[in-house]
Amino acid sequence: MKSAWQSLAGLLSGLGRATLFLFQLLAATPHALARPRILIRQLYMVGTLSLVIIVVSGSFVGMVLALQGYRTLSGFGATASLGIFVAFTVVRELGPVVTALLFAGRAGSALAAEIGLMRATDQLSGMEMMAVDPLRYVVAPRFLAGFIAMPLLTAIFSVMAIGVAGGYLIGVSLLGVDPGAFWSQIHANMHPLDIWQSMFKALVFGAVITWIAVYQGYHAAPNSEGVSSATTTTVVASSLAVLGLDFILTAFMFR
Amino acid sequence: MQSRALEILVGFFVCLGVAAIFVLTFRVASTDNIGGGGGYTLTADFSNIGSLSPGASVKLAGVRIGSVTGISIDPKTFQAVVAMRISDQHRDIPDDSAAKILTAGLLGEQYVGLEPGGSLDALKDGGRIQFTQSAFVLENVIGQFLTGMVQKGSQSSGSPGAAPAPATP
Repeated sequence: MKSAWQSLAGLLSGLGRATLFLFQLLAATPHALARPRILIRQLYMVGTLSLVIIVVSGSFVGMVLALQGYRTLSGFGATASLGIFVAFTVVRELGPVVTALLFAGRAGSALAAEIGLMRATDQLSGMEMMAVDPLRYVVAPRFLAGFIAMPLLTAIFSVMAIGVAGGYLIGVSLLGVDPGAFWSQIHANMHPLDIWQSMFKALVFGAVITWIAVYQGYHAAPNSEGVSSATTTTVVASSLAVLGLDFILTAFMFR
Repeated sequence: MQSRALEILVGFFVCLGVAAIFVLTFRVASTDNIGGGGGYTLTADFSNIGSLSPGASVKLAGVRIGSVTGISIDPKTFQAVVAMRISDQHRDIPDDSAAKILTAGLLGEQYVGLEPGGSLDALKDGGRIQFTQSAFVLENVIGQFLTGMVQKGSQSSGSPGAAPAPATP
Protein backbone atom coordinates (compact mmCIF):
# COMPACT_ATOMS: atom_id res chain seq x y z
CA MET A 1 0.00 0.00 0.00
CA LYS A 2 2.75 2.36 0.96
CA SER A 3 4.82 1.53 -2.12
CA ALA A 4 1.80 2.16 -4.36
CA TRP A 5 1.36 5.55 -2.70
CA GLN A 6 5.05 6.28 -3.19
CA SER A 7 5.01 5.32 -6.86
CA LEU A 8 1.94 7.53 -7.40
CA ALA A 9 3.75 10.40 -5.70
CA GLY A 10 6.79 9.72 -7.86
CA LEU A 11 4.65 9.78 -11.01
CA LEU A 12 3.00 13.07 -10.01
CA SER A 13 6.30 14.71 -9.08
CA GLY A 14 7.79 13.62 -12.41
CA LEU A 15 4.84 15.15 -14.25
CA GLY A 16 5.12 18.34 -12.24
CA ARG A 17 8.86 18.59 -12.84
CA ALA A 18 8.34 18.02 -16.58
CA THR A 19 5.72 20.80 -16.67
CA LEU A 20 7.97 23.24 -14.81
CA PHE A 21 10.78 22.26 -17.17
CA LEU A 22 8.51 23.06 -20.13
CA PHE A 23 7.91 26.59 -18.78
CA GLN A 24 11.64 27.16 -18.27
CA LEU A 25 12.20 25.82 -21.76
CA LEU A 26 9.59 28.13 -23.29
CA ALA A 27 11.17 31.08 -21.49
CA ALA A 28 14.59 30.12 -22.89
CA THR A 29 13.34 29.47 -26.44
CA PRO A 30 13.44 33.10 -27.68
CA HIS A 31 17.17 33.12 -26.87
CA ALA A 32 17.65 30.23 -29.27
CA LEU A 33 16.42 32.47 -32.10
CA ALA A 34 19.20 34.94 -31.33
CA ARG A 35 21.82 32.27 -32.16
CA PRO A 36 20.89 30.97 -35.61
CA ARG A 37 24.16 29.05 -35.99
CA ILE A 38 23.30 26.64 -33.17
CA LEU A 39 19.72 26.38 -34.42
CA ILE A 40 20.86 25.53 -37.95
CA ARG A 41 23.17 22.85 -36.62
CA GLN A 42 20.28 21.29 -34.70
CA LEU A 43 17.96 21.57 -37.71
CA TYR A 44 20.54 19.59 -39.62
CA MET A 45 20.64 16.96 -36.88
CA VAL A 46 16.88 16.47 -36.49
CA GLY A 47 15.68 17.51 -39.95
CA THR A 48 18.11 16.86 -42.77
CA LEU A 49 19.38 13.62 -41.27
CA SER A 50 15.77 12.37 -40.92
CA LEU A 51 15.01 13.00 -44.61
CA VAL A 52 16.02 9.57 -45.88
CA ILE A 53 13.92 7.57 -43.42
CA ILE A 54 10.92 9.88 -43.98
CA VAL A 55 11.13 9.71 -47.79
CA VAL A 56 11.57 5.93 -47.88
CA SER A 57 8.88 5.12 -45.33
CA GLY A 58 6.48 7.64 -46.90
CA SER A 59 6.85 5.93 -50.25
CA PHE A 60 6.27 2.48 -48.82
CA VAL A 61 3.28 3.53 -46.71
CA GLY A 62 1.71 5.06 -49.83
CA MET A 63 2.42 1.92 -51.87
CA VAL A 64 0.84 -0.38 -49.28
CA LEU A 65 -2.20 1.87 -48.93
CA ALA A 66 -2.66 1.87 -52.70
CA LEU A 67 -2.42 -1.93 -52.93
CA GLN A 68 -4.85 -2.54 -50.07
CA GLY A 69 -7.18 0.26 -51.13
CA TYR A 70 -7.31 -1.07 -54.67
CA ARG A 71 -8.30 -4.53 -53.45
CA THR A 72 -11.12 -3.14 -51.31
CA LEU A 73 -12.34 -0.52 -53.78
CA SER A 74 -12.34 -2.84 -56.78
CA GLY A 75 -15.03 -4.86 -54.97
CA PHE A 76 -17.33 -1.84 -55.38
CA GLY A 77 -16.08 -0.90 -58.81
CA ALA A 78 -14.81 2.32 -57.26
CA THR A 79 -11.11 2.16 -58.09
CA ALA A 80 -11.31 5.74 -59.40
CA SER A 81 -11.55 6.77 -55.73
CA LEU A 82 -8.15 5.24 -54.96
CA GLY A 83 -6.49 8.66 -55.02
CA ILE A 84 -8.78 10.23 -52.45
CA PHE A 85 -8.61 7.09 -50.30
CA VAL A 86 -4.82 7.29 -50.09
CA ALA A 87 -4.83 11.09 -49.75
CA PHE A 88 -7.33 11.22 -46.89
CA THR A 89 -5.64 8.40 -45.00
CA VAL A 90 -2.22 9.97 -45.34
CA VAL A 91 -3.09 13.62 -44.80
CA ARG A 92 -5.51 13.15 -41.92
CA GLU A 93 -3.87 10.35 -39.93
CA LEU A 94 -0.89 8.40 -41.17
CA GLY A 95 1.21 11.37 -42.32
CA PRO A 96 1.50 13.14 -38.97
CA VAL A 97 1.41 9.98 -36.84
CA VAL A 98 3.92 7.82 -38.72
CA THR A 99 6.24 10.79 -39.18
CA ALA A 100 6.01 11.48 -35.45
CA LEU A 101 6.75 7.86 -34.52
CA LEU A 102 9.76 7.79 -36.86
CA PHE A 103 10.83 11.19 -35.58
CA ALA A 104 10.66 9.93 -32.00
CA GLY A 105 12.81 6.94 -32.89
CA ARG A 106 15.26 8.80 -35.11
CA ALA A 107 15.60 12.27 -33.57
CA GLY A 108 14.03 12.01 -30.11
CA SER A 109 16.27 9.17 -28.97
CA ALA A 110 19.36 10.95 -30.31
CA LEU A 111 18.42 14.15 -28.47
CA ALA A 112 17.86 12.33 -25.18
CA ALA A 113 21.11 10.37 -25.49
CA GLU A 114 23.12 13.47 -26.43
CA ILE A 115 21.85 15.65 -23.58
CA GLY A 116 21.95 12.71 -21.16
CA LEU A 117 25.58 12.10 -22.02
CA MET A 118 26.33 15.79 -21.53
CA ARG A 119 24.77 15.44 -18.09
CA ALA A 120 26.73 12.27 -17.33
CA THR A 121 30.05 13.77 -18.38
CA ASP A 122 29.37 16.94 -16.35
CA GLN A 123 29.33 19.19 -19.40
CA LEU A 124 26.04 20.74 -18.29
CA SER A 125 27.39 21.37 -14.77
CA GLY A 126 30.50 22.87 -16.33
CA MET A 127 28.38 25.30 -18.33
CA GLU A 128 26.41 26.24 -15.23
CA MET A 129 29.69 26.89 -13.39
CA MET A 130 30.76 29.25 -16.17
CA ALA A 131 27.43 31.08 -15.72
CA VAL A 132 26.26 29.82 -19.11
CA ASP A 133 22.65 28.68 -18.99
CA PRO A 134 22.56 25.21 -20.60
CA LEU A 135 18.81 25.61 -21.14
CA ARG A 136 19.48 28.51 -23.49
CA TYR A 137 22.50 27.10 -25.31
CA VAL A 138 21.87 23.37 -25.37
CA VAL A 139 18.24 22.57 -24.78
CA ALA A 140 16.25 25.44 -26.33
CA PRO A 141 17.81 25.22 -29.84
CA ARG A 142 17.07 21.49 -29.95
CA PHE A 143 13.48 22.03 -28.85
CA LEU A 144 12.93 24.76 -31.43
CA ALA A 145 14.53 22.67 -34.18
CA GLY A 146 12.17 19.77 -33.48
CA PHE A 147 9.22 22.16 -33.49
CA ILE A 148 10.23 23.51 -36.92
CA ALA A 149 11.26 20.21 -38.48
CA MET A 150 8.17 18.10 -37.75
CA PRO A 151 5.65 19.93 -40.02
CA LEU A 152 8.19 20.02 -42.85
CA LEU A 153 8.91 16.30 -42.48
CA THR A 154 5.18 15.54 -42.35
CA ALA A 155 4.57 17.49 -45.55
CA ILE A 156 7.42 15.64 -47.29
CA PHE A 157 6.06 12.31 -46.03
CA SER A 158 2.54 13.10 -47.31
CA VAL A 159 3.74 14.23 -50.72
CA MET A 160 5.87 11.12 -51.11
CA ALA A 161 3.04 8.83 -49.99
CA ILE A 162 0.32 10.36 -52.19
CA GLY A 163 1.95 11.68 -55.28
CA VAL A 164 5.53 10.96 -56.06
CA ALA A 165 6.47 7.40 -55.29
CA GLY A 166 3.65 5.91 -53.22
CA GLY A 167 -0.01 5.85 -54.16
CA TYR A 168 0.45 7.37 -57.60
CA LEU A 169 3.25 4.97 -58.59
CA ILE A 170 1.35 1.85 -57.55
CA GLY A 171 -2.16 3.03 -58.42
CA VAL A 172 -1.49 4.56 -61.81
CA SER A 173 1.64 2.86 -63.11
CA LEU A 174 1.10 -0.64 -61.74
CA LEU A 175 -2.63 -1.12 -61.20
CA GLY A 176 -3.77 1.03 -64.12
CA VAL A 177 -5.99 3.58 -62.37
CA ASP A 178 -6.63 6.53 -64.66
CA PRO A 179 -4.27 9.37 -63.62
CA GLY A 180 -6.94 11.98 -64.33
CA ALA A 181 -9.43 10.21 -62.08
CA PHE A 182 -6.73 9.76 -59.41
CA TRP A 183 -6.07 13.49 -59.20
CA SER A 184 -9.56 14.80 -59.91
CA GLN A 185 -11.05 12.75 -57.05
CA ILE A 186 -8.41 14.22 -54.74
CA HIS A 187 -9.06 17.74 -55.99
CA ALA A 188 -12.82 17.44 -55.64
CA ASN A 189 -12.79 16.13 -52.08
CA MET A 190 -9.68 17.42 -50.33
CA HIS A 191 -10.10 20.79 -48.65
CA PRO A 192 -7.15 23.07 -47.77
CA LEU A 193 -8.38 22.92 -44.17
CA ASP A 194 -7.39 19.22 -44.12
CA ILE A 195 -3.81 20.20 -44.90
CA TRP A 196 -3.69 22.83 -42.18
CA GLN A 197 -5.14 20.45 -39.62
CA SER A 198 -2.47 17.94 -40.61
CA MET A 199 0.24 20.59 -40.14
CA PHE A 200 -1.23 21.54 -36.76
CA LYS A 201 -1.08 17.92 -35.64
CA ALA A 202 2.55 17.75 -36.76
CA LEU A 203 3.41 20.92 -34.78
CA VAL A 204 1.85 19.51 -31.62
CA PHE A 205 3.60 16.15 -32.07
CA GLY A 206 6.95 17.82 -32.75
CA ALA A 207 6.68 19.94 -29.61
CA VAL A 208 5.65 16.98 -27.42
CA ILE A 209 8.34 14.62 -28.73
CA THR A 210 11.19 17.09 -28.33
CA TRP A 211 9.86 18.18 -24.94
CA ILE A 212 9.90 14.58 -23.69
CA ALA A 213 13.33 13.95 -25.25
CA VAL A 214 15.09 16.98 -23.80
CA TYR A 215 13.40 16.50 -20.42
CA GLN A 216 14.49 12.87 -20.25
CA GLY A 217 18.03 13.73 -21.29
CA TYR A 218 18.33 16.74 -18.99
CA HIS A 219 17.10 14.81 -15.96
CA ALA A 220 18.87 11.53 -16.74
CA ALA A 221 20.82 9.85 -13.98
CA PRO A 222 24.49 10.79 -14.62
CA ASN A 223 25.73 7.32 -15.58
CA SER A 224 25.54 4.98 -18.56
CA GLU A 225 22.41 3.28 -17.23
CA GLY A 226 20.71 6.62 -16.84
CA VAL A 227 21.45 7.56 -20.45
CA SER A 228 20.13 4.27 -21.77
CA SER A 229 16.96 4.45 -19.68
CA ALA A 230 16.41 8.09 -20.77
CA THR A 231 16.66 7.04 -24.42
CA THR A 232 14.25 4.13 -23.98
CA THR A 233 11.76 6.17 -21.97
CA THR A 234 11.85 8.90 -24.59
CA VAL A 235 10.88 6.57 -27.42
CA VAL A 236 8.22 4.73 -25.43
CA ALA A 237 6.66 7.78 -23.78
CA SER A 238 6.65 9.95 -26.88
CA SER A 239 5.19 7.17 -29.06
CA LEU A 240 2.37 6.67 -26.57
CA ALA A 241 1.87 10.43 -26.23
CA VAL A 242 1.66 10.80 -30.02
CA LEU A 243 -0.94 8.05 -30.38
CA GLY A 244 -3.03 9.35 -27.49
CA LEU A 245 -2.82 12.97 -28.60
CA ASP A 246 -3.72 11.95 -32.14
CA PHE A 247 -6.98 10.49 -30.89
CA ILE A 248 -7.78 13.66 -28.94
CA LEU A 249 -6.87 15.98 -31.82
CA THR A 250 -8.85 13.90 -34.31
CA ALA A 251 -11.89 13.89 -32.03
CA PHE A 252 -11.69 17.69 -31.78
CA MET A 253 -10.89 18.55 -35.38
CA PHE A 254 -12.82 16.09 -37.56
CA ARG A 255 -16.30 16.22 -36.15
CA MET B 1 33.72 25.58 -44.57
CA GLN B 2 32.11 22.74 -42.70
CA SER B 3 29.49 25.11 -41.31
CA ARG B 4 28.76 26.37 -44.84
CA ALA B 5 28.00 22.85 -46.06
CA LEU B 6 25.77 22.43 -43.03
CA GLU B 7 23.86 25.58 -43.88
CA ILE B 8 23.35 24.42 -47.46
CA LEU B 9 22.01 21.06 -46.32
CA VAL B 10 19.63 22.67 -43.84
CA GLY B 11 18.51 25.13 -46.51
CA PHE B 12 17.84 22.18 -48.83
CA PHE B 13 15.76 20.48 -46.14
CA VAL B 14 13.71 23.61 -45.40
CA CYS B 15 13.12 24.26 -49.12
CA LEU B 16 11.98 20.68 -49.61
CA GLY B 17 9.60 20.92 -46.66
CA VAL B 18 8.11 24.25 -47.71
CA ALA B 19 7.74 22.99 -51.29
CA ALA B 20 5.93 19.92 -49.96
CA ILE B 21 3.51 22.11 -47.98
CA PHE B 22 2.84 24.18 -51.11
CA VAL B 23 2.27 21.05 -53.19
CA LEU B 24 -0.16 19.76 -50.59
CA THR B 25 -2.07 23.05 -50.42
CA PHE B 26 -2.24 23.94 -54.09
CA ARG B 27 -1.82 20.66 -55.95
CA VAL B 28 -3.54 18.16 -53.69
CA ALA B 29 -6.27 20.30 -52.14
CA SER B 30 -8.77 22.07 -54.33
CA THR B 31 -8.21 25.80 -54.22
CA ASP B 32 -11.18 26.76 -56.37
CA ASN B 33 -13.49 26.81 -53.36
CA ILE B 34 -11.37 29.15 -51.26
CA GLY B 35 -11.20 31.93 -53.84
CA GLY B 36 -14.78 32.86 -53.10
CA GLY B 37 -14.64 36.28 -54.77
CA GLY B 38 -15.38 35.28 -58.36
CA GLY B 39 -18.52 33.82 -59.81
CA TYR B 40 -22.23 34.49 -59.50
CA THR B 41 -25.02 32.91 -57.52
CA LEU B 42 -28.02 30.90 -58.72
CA THR B 43 -30.74 29.30 -56.62
CA ALA B 44 -33.01 26.35 -57.24
CA ASP B 45 -35.92 24.94 -55.21
CA PHE B 46 -36.08 21.20 -54.66
CA SER B 47 -38.74 19.19 -52.85
CA ASN B 48 -36.03 16.83 -51.58
CA ILE B 49 -32.28 17.27 -51.73
CA GLY B 50 -31.29 13.84 -50.42
CA SER B 51 -27.85 14.08 -48.84
CA LEU B 52 -26.64 17.11 -50.80
CA SER B 53 -24.36 19.25 -48.64
CA PRO B 54 -22.66 22.65 -48.98
CA GLY B 55 -19.46 22.30 -50.99
CA ALA B 56 -20.95 19.72 -53.36
CA SER B 57 -20.16 20.17 -57.06
CA VAL B 58 -22.38 21.81 -59.64
CA LYS B 59 -21.78 20.19 -63.00
CA LEU B 60 -22.79 21.07 -66.52
CA ALA B 61 -22.42 18.20 -68.99
CA GLY B 62 -20.29 16.46 -66.37
CA VAL B 63 -17.85 19.36 -66.05
CA ARG B 64 -17.55 21.04 -62.67
CA ILE B 65 -18.54 24.69 -63.03
CA GLY B 66 -19.29 25.67 -59.45
CA SER B 67 -20.26 24.51 -56.00
CA VAL B 68 -23.20 24.53 -53.61
CA THR B 69 -22.78 27.38 -51.14
CA GLY B 70 -25.87 27.17 -49.00
CA ILE B 71 -28.98 25.13 -48.31
CA SER B 72 -32.04 26.54 -46.57
CA ILE B 73 -35.78 25.94 -46.31
CA ASP B 74 -38.34 28.21 -47.91
CA PRO B 75 -40.71 28.93 -44.97
CA LYS B 76 -43.82 29.15 -47.20
CA THR B 77 -43.46 26.27 -49.63
CA PHE B 78 -41.34 24.03 -47.34
CA GLN B 79 -39.01 23.37 -50.23
CA ALA B 80 -35.24 23.25 -49.97
CA VAL B 81 -33.55 26.30 -51.50
CA VAL B 82 -30.09 25.42 -52.82
CA ALA B 83 -27.75 28.35 -53.50
CA MET B 84 -24.96 27.67 -56.00
CA ARG B 85 -21.91 29.71 -56.92
CA ILE B 86 -21.05 29.37 -60.62
CA SER B 87 -17.69 30.54 -61.94
CA ASP B 88 -17.67 33.62 -64.15
CA GLN B 89 -16.64 31.98 -67.41
CA HIS B 90 -19.99 30.17 -67.52
CA ARG B 91 -22.17 33.30 -67.78
CA ASP B 92 -24.45 32.15 -70.57
CA ILE B 93 -26.57 29.43 -68.99
CA PRO B 94 -30.08 29.67 -70.56
CA ASP B 95 -32.86 30.67 -68.15
CA ASP B 96 -34.96 27.61 -68.96
CA SER B 97 -32.22 25.21 -67.86
CA ALA B 98 -33.07 22.37 -65.50
CA ALA B 99 -31.28 21.38 -62.30
CA LYS B 100 -31.21 17.78 -61.11
CA ILE B 101 -29.72 16.25 -58.01
CA LEU B 102 -27.66 13.30 -59.22
CA THR B 103 -25.38 10.76 -57.62
CA ALA B 104 -21.82 10.09 -58.75
CA GLY B 105 -21.81 6.35 -59.23
CA LEU B 106 -23.94 3.99 -57.18
CA LEU B 107 -22.54 4.96 -53.79
CA GLY B 108 -20.92 8.28 -54.62
CA GLU B 109 -21.55 11.81 -53.47
CA GLN B 110 -24.57 13.78 -54.62
CA TYR B 111 -24.13 16.78 -56.87
CA VAL B 112 -26.26 19.22 -58.82
CA GLY B 113 -26.36 18.55 -62.55
CA LEU B 114 -27.49 21.36 -64.86
CA GLU B 115 -29.14 20.63 -68.19
CA PRO B 116 -29.10 23.64 -70.50
CA GLY B 117 -32.37 24.69 -72.10
CA GLY B 118 -32.94 26.38 -75.46
CA SER B 119 -33.79 29.91 -74.35
CA LEU B 120 -31.80 32.82 -75.70
CA ASP B 121 -31.87 34.68 -72.37
CA ALA B 122 -29.17 33.81 -69.85
CA LEU B 123 -29.64 33.40 -66.10
CA LYS B 124 -28.49 36.47 -64.15
CA ASP B 125 -26.75 36.75 -60.80
CA GLY B 126 -29.24 35.70 -58.12
CA GLY B 127 -31.45 34.04 -60.73
CA ARG B 128 -33.64 31.07 -59.95
CA ILE B 129 -33.67 27.82 -61.91
CA GLN B 130 -37.34 26.91 -62.45
CA PHE B 131 -37.18 23.32 -63.57
CA THR B 132 -35.81 20.98 -60.94
CA GLN B 133 -35.74 17.30 -60.24
CA SER B 134 -35.27 16.11 -56.67
CA ALA B 135 -32.84 13.60 -55.35
CA PHE B 136 -33.38 9.94 -56.03
CA VAL B 137 -34.52 8.51 -52.69
CA LEU B 138 -34.18 4.75 -52.79
CA GLU B 139 -36.85 4.10 -50.15
CA ASN B 140 -39.51 5.99 -52.12
CA VAL B 141 -38.66 4.17 -55.32
CA ILE B 142 -38.79 0.79 -53.59
CA GLY B 143 -42.06 1.82 -51.97
CA GLN B 144 -43.60 2.75 -55.33
CA PHE B 145 -42.30 -0.44 -56.88
CA LEU B 146 -43.84 -2.54 -54.11
CA THR B 147 -47.16 -0.67 -54.31
CA GLY B 148 -47.15 -1.27 -58.05
CA MET B 149 -46.48 -4.97 -57.49
CA VAL B 150 -49.30 -5.27 -54.94
CA GLN B 151 -51.78 -3.47 -57.21
CA LYS B 152 -50.79 -5.56 -60.16
CA GLY B 153 -51.04 -8.72 -58.03
CA SER B 154 -54.51 -7.83 -56.73
CA GLN B 155 -55.69 -7.03 -60.28
CA SER B 156 -54.45 -10.28 -61.75
CA SER B 157 -55.73 -12.35 -58.85
CA GLY B 158 -58.84 -10.17 -58.69
CA SER B 159 -60.83 -11.72 -61.59
CA PRO B 160 -60.53 -15.38 -60.64
CA GLY B 161 -60.70 -14.46 -56.95
CA ALA B 162 -63.93 -12.54 -57.54
CA ALA B 163 -65.95 -15.70 -57.89
CA PRO B 164 -65.28 -17.25 -54.47
CA ALA B 165 -65.42 -13.92 -52.67
CA PRO B 166 -69.24 -13.50 -52.82
CA ALA B 167 -69.64 -17.19 -52.18
CA THR B 168 -68.36 -16.97 -48.60
CA PRO B 169 -71.48 -15.50 -46.92
